[in-house]
Amino acid sequence: MPRLAIPKTYKMLIGGALVRSESGRAIEMSGGNVCRSSRKDVRDAVKSARAAWPGWQARTAYNRGQIVYRLAEMLEARSGEFAELLGEGGGAEVAASVDLLVHYAGWADKYQQCLGTVNPVAMPYFNFSFPEPMGVVGATANRGLNGLLEALVPAITGGNTVVVLADDGSAIVASEFSEVVATSDVPGGVVNILTGLQSETLPHLAKHMDVNALVLTDEPQRQSVLEEATENLKRLVVSAPGRSSLEQIRLLQETKTVWHPVGV
Amino acid sequence: MSKTKTTKTGSAQVPHENGRTRPALRFDRAAAYAPAPEASDIVTIKARQGHFIDGEFVESAEGNSFETINPATEEVLGEVAKGSAEDVDRAVKAARKAYEKVWSKLPAAERGKYLFRISRILQERAREFAVLESLDGGKPIRESRDVDVPLAAAHFFYYAGWADKLDFAFGGRTTAPIGVAGQIIPWNFPLLMAAWKLAPALATGNTCVLKPAETTPLTALLLAEVLQQADLPPGVVNIVTGFGDTGAALASHKGIDKVAFTGSTEVGKRIQRTAKARHLTLELGGKAANIVFADCALDQAVEGIVNGIYFNQGHVCCAGSRLLVEESVHDRLIQKLEDRIQTLIVGDPLDKNTDIGAINSKSQLATIQRYLQAGVEDGCEIHQSRRTLPKKGFWCAPTYFTGVAQSSRIAQEEIFGPVLAVMTFRTPEEAIEKANNTMYGLSAGIWTDKGSKIFKMLSQMRAGVVWANTFNKFDPASPFGGYKESGYGREGGAHGLAAYLEVK
Amino acid sequence: MRHQRLVETPVDQINVEERAARFTKRSIKTTSKVEGLLLAVSMCDLTTLEGKDTEGKVRQMCQKARNPLGADLAASHPGVTVAAVCVYPNLVEVAKRSLKGSQVKVAAVATGFPSGQYPLEVRLDDVRQTVELGADEIDMVINRGALLEGDIKTVFDEIVQVKEACGEAHLKVILETGEIGSYDTVRRASFVAMEAGADFIKTSTGKVQPAATMPVALVMLEAIRDFYYATGKRIGMKPAGGIRTSKEALHYLVMLSETLGDDWMTPDLFRFGASALVNDLQMQLAKQATGRYQSGDYFSLD
Repeated sequence: MPRLAIPKTYKMLIGGALVRSESGRAIEMSGGNVCRSSRKDVRDAVKSARAAWPGWQARTAYNRGQIVYRLAEMLEARSGEFAELLGEGGGAEVAASVDLLVHYAGWADKYQQCLGTVNPVAMPYFNFSFPEPMGVVGATANRGLNGLLEALVPAITGGNTVVVLADDGSAIVASEFSEVVATSDVPGGVVNILTGLQSETLPHLAKHMDVNALVLTDEPQRQSVLEEATENLKRLVVSAPGRSSLEQIRLLQETKTVWHPVGV
Repeated sequence: MSKTKTTKTGSAQVPHENGRTRPALRFDRAAAYAPAPEASDIVTIKARQGHFIDGEFVESAEGNSFETINPATEEVLGEVAKGSAEDVDRAVKAARKAYEKVWSKLPAAERGKYLFRISRILQERAREFAVLESLDGGKPIRESRDVDVPLAAAHFFYYAGWADKLDFAFGGRTTAPIGVAGQIIPWNFPLLMAAWKLAPALATGNTCVLKPAETTPLTALLLAEVLQQADLPPGVVNIVTGFGDTGAALASHKGIDKVAFTGSTEVGKRIQRTAKARHLTLELGGKAANIVFADCALDQAVEGIVNGIYFNQGHVCCAGSRLLVEESVHDRLIQKLEDRIQTLIVGDPLDKNTDIGAINSKSQLATIQRYLQAGVEDGCEIHQSRRTLPKKGFWCAPTYFTGVAQSSRIAQEEIFGPVLAVMTFRTPEEAIEKANNTMYGLSAGIWTDKGSKIFKMLSQMRAGVVWANTFNKFDPASPFGGYKESGYGREGGAHGLAAYLEVK
Repeated sequence: MRHQRLVETPVDQINVEERAARFTKRSIKTTSKVEGLLLAVSMCDLTTLEGKDTEGKVRQMCQKARNPLGADLAASHPGVTVAAVCVYPNLVEVAKRSLKGSQVKVAAVATGFPSGQYPLEVRLDDVRQTVELGADEIDMVINRGALLEGDIKTVFDEIVQVKEACGEAHLKVILETGEIGSYDTVRRASFVAMEAGADFIKTSTGKVQPAATMPVALVMLEAIRDFYYATGKRIGMKPAGGIRTSKEALHYLVMLSETLGDDWMTPDLFRFGASALVNDLQMQLAKQATGRYQSGDYFSLD
């Protein structure tokens, strides 16, 4: 008699732990059931992201770069698995995803030098500006592994923590990638990945007063959250084709300007 | 908490808490100078002025107008056109046409040359602008003469030079102008805010429709004359005067590609919700913490505090309106502050010695007075300068409250007047916690002589501008803008270009 | 030092210079101007400190000290004199004689002025003899070498001994701010002098550049203010050297009034150490009276 296979049940990533939705709901997909996250899952994820943020942004940029690079290593190690999961063209997509992680890993300690300035004010003051992460970023992901990474990597490279709502149709990929994150060196809470229906969870993310910015896939999505997201003036970033990686990072940075007199 | 009581006029000794007397300074005769008014005959204000659309001054479509007054005398200065949706539409169309036919086709260096011209003409006519700004808005001539007007000219000069260097500004990222910008500015720095909006927008190749505030439209209209003198092509800059509904019509106009707004957080949110344009920058309210450590240069910190809250009558979004003082130095600091506010001269904005001019409008004065009342009701101790205020016009004595709790309204809400809330802290951690405990994040101040402490504090403060051992300094090269509900986007510096460009 | 915490309050250069510049933006016109000019005249220590000083020179200066306004102006402002004349010890007796019957005081520089680089006993003898010769006020120099070596105690002890040697004479302590570096040191030196018994603190000898500047004087005024608040003692202030015009003098008075208030607006607590200033004050007063800008040819040079 053939051995009975053990099918995997998929979980989400919240606060560094792989968990099911607190709602106990799932969505049936070909390949298995995935968690259908709820308002409270959004709440928990934002809470974890907020808690993780001070520590994450305080790490050295070099360390953040290493951690993003470690994600690339972990993904590369499971590239066959992801290629299969993604179906046709999956191999190329995984390769691109790994390369994207490597590319951003290198940015972690460089974008500051591209975005920072020393400002020649007409007074005896030293004046400089530098980027600082916005804080907790909420994001909706596009399809596939690449779509997921584009939603979260620029944010965390720049010192933000992130709550990503996976693309509805790519929930299994997202759940698998959650395991990659969970087994890498990313501190708990820095990346949170929720699966289910974006249309159901995005409004809660948009409403949440402790979310500083939203990365959205398109203009209609921006229009849909505008009313609620404005309540605490979330920064709204809409994906645009051809945008450079540095600009992706910048759009999730604040600019702080400092003045100090120059004297004895 | 402070035991400092307002010193009684004429007495050189005040009662000490333990019954002894302690030394006190008297400032009854100090800073009481003979009038030194700036001549206002350099300014001629037309009885009635229209919008500036497509290079010409035109009446509003409905023929409506409104009065603008001198807040120091309540005298009517003149009438200006009251903008309607139709006027806005006309202005937007003119801007669009100018963008497509002229401005976007102009070589970048030529754009820059127009801005250089504007800057130089502003310098030539500086006194005229300064006097008019003080007449219309109530700010002291010393500030309009030494701050507003020179900075406005400097702003045009700074951005003029960027026009043909945009390729260098974004290190490898490509840029393109956005199109037509709708710009709405407040009444606290009327000319300067117009410069902050127009200069970067024009340098980056956009055309503009500008809406000045209803209480201070005059310097923007005088600027329109300068634009004519500079031969700026018609339609590149259009100015529509009016009230909030005019601004709303502009912000939500579908022909606008970019909205830039400076004003209250409340209105900023309304604009974000109704704007059709995808590009938006907002510079909104603030409630800046000014943190004073015991190891700071105390006398200079007092100047910074005074400059932080009483500059421009406190009508400053980045005003240092919350003073956080390390407990161990509180009493010494308050004594100095108490002395200092007695030498602040409140009165005629055109007098060269005036430190604090008129409150910009009757309604703003009413708002400030409501907060003074709220502070007293919350049990805070009120301290005000003893100078007598003019009878006519809108005035508020420089004020500070001691014994303020973090939960008090005067510690949380933006007052936009010469009113300071003084609180204390014991450790740097507590200072940071209190400083960040607000929905705003525009600016902050730190006073300490210890370098490493400055860096620690500034790295933890959620504010777009941090003044360390200084306050309320501005320069065209220095990016300005907020975190959190103080808005987003930067004005000034290379960063200010991004607000008017599509950056890839 | 008894007021260590006050002494160690730092001074920020840029901010103090900005503040000092703000005073110069005050526009002093009409009645305020006349009042200020007259007050400035009454606060002058009319000074000559030259190797070539002679009895004749000092006698002429004393004449000017008694009647600094000249006949025309004196008619409308009777009784105005300068506060003091300031001379080398050798000329104290001449000055004393020349000023007999007037309210003008005689101040003399002592303690091995201007360098002070003499044995302490010599400096103390200098003081004793000068007082004996009749000086009402002694302008001493501090030991800048010791100050810069960090030997505050020596600086302090020496001032205490000079004060003792002064007896009844008033003591002005010259910090020579142009030699002691930063504003922090100026503040420290001010406190050392005040705690050691100075009646006045004074910026400069006039022999070193820079002499008095507005920011330096402001730092000293602020030290005086802190000392007053801590002790109740009112210490006087004397900027000296480099103040030549009425405009500058008025700026100093604005600064004084807005920093220390009404009680300091008296020659008892504020002096200008100057030689050329009185003439310019005189010319400005004449301008106010006549509406004409004046020529030096019409005012005596002594």
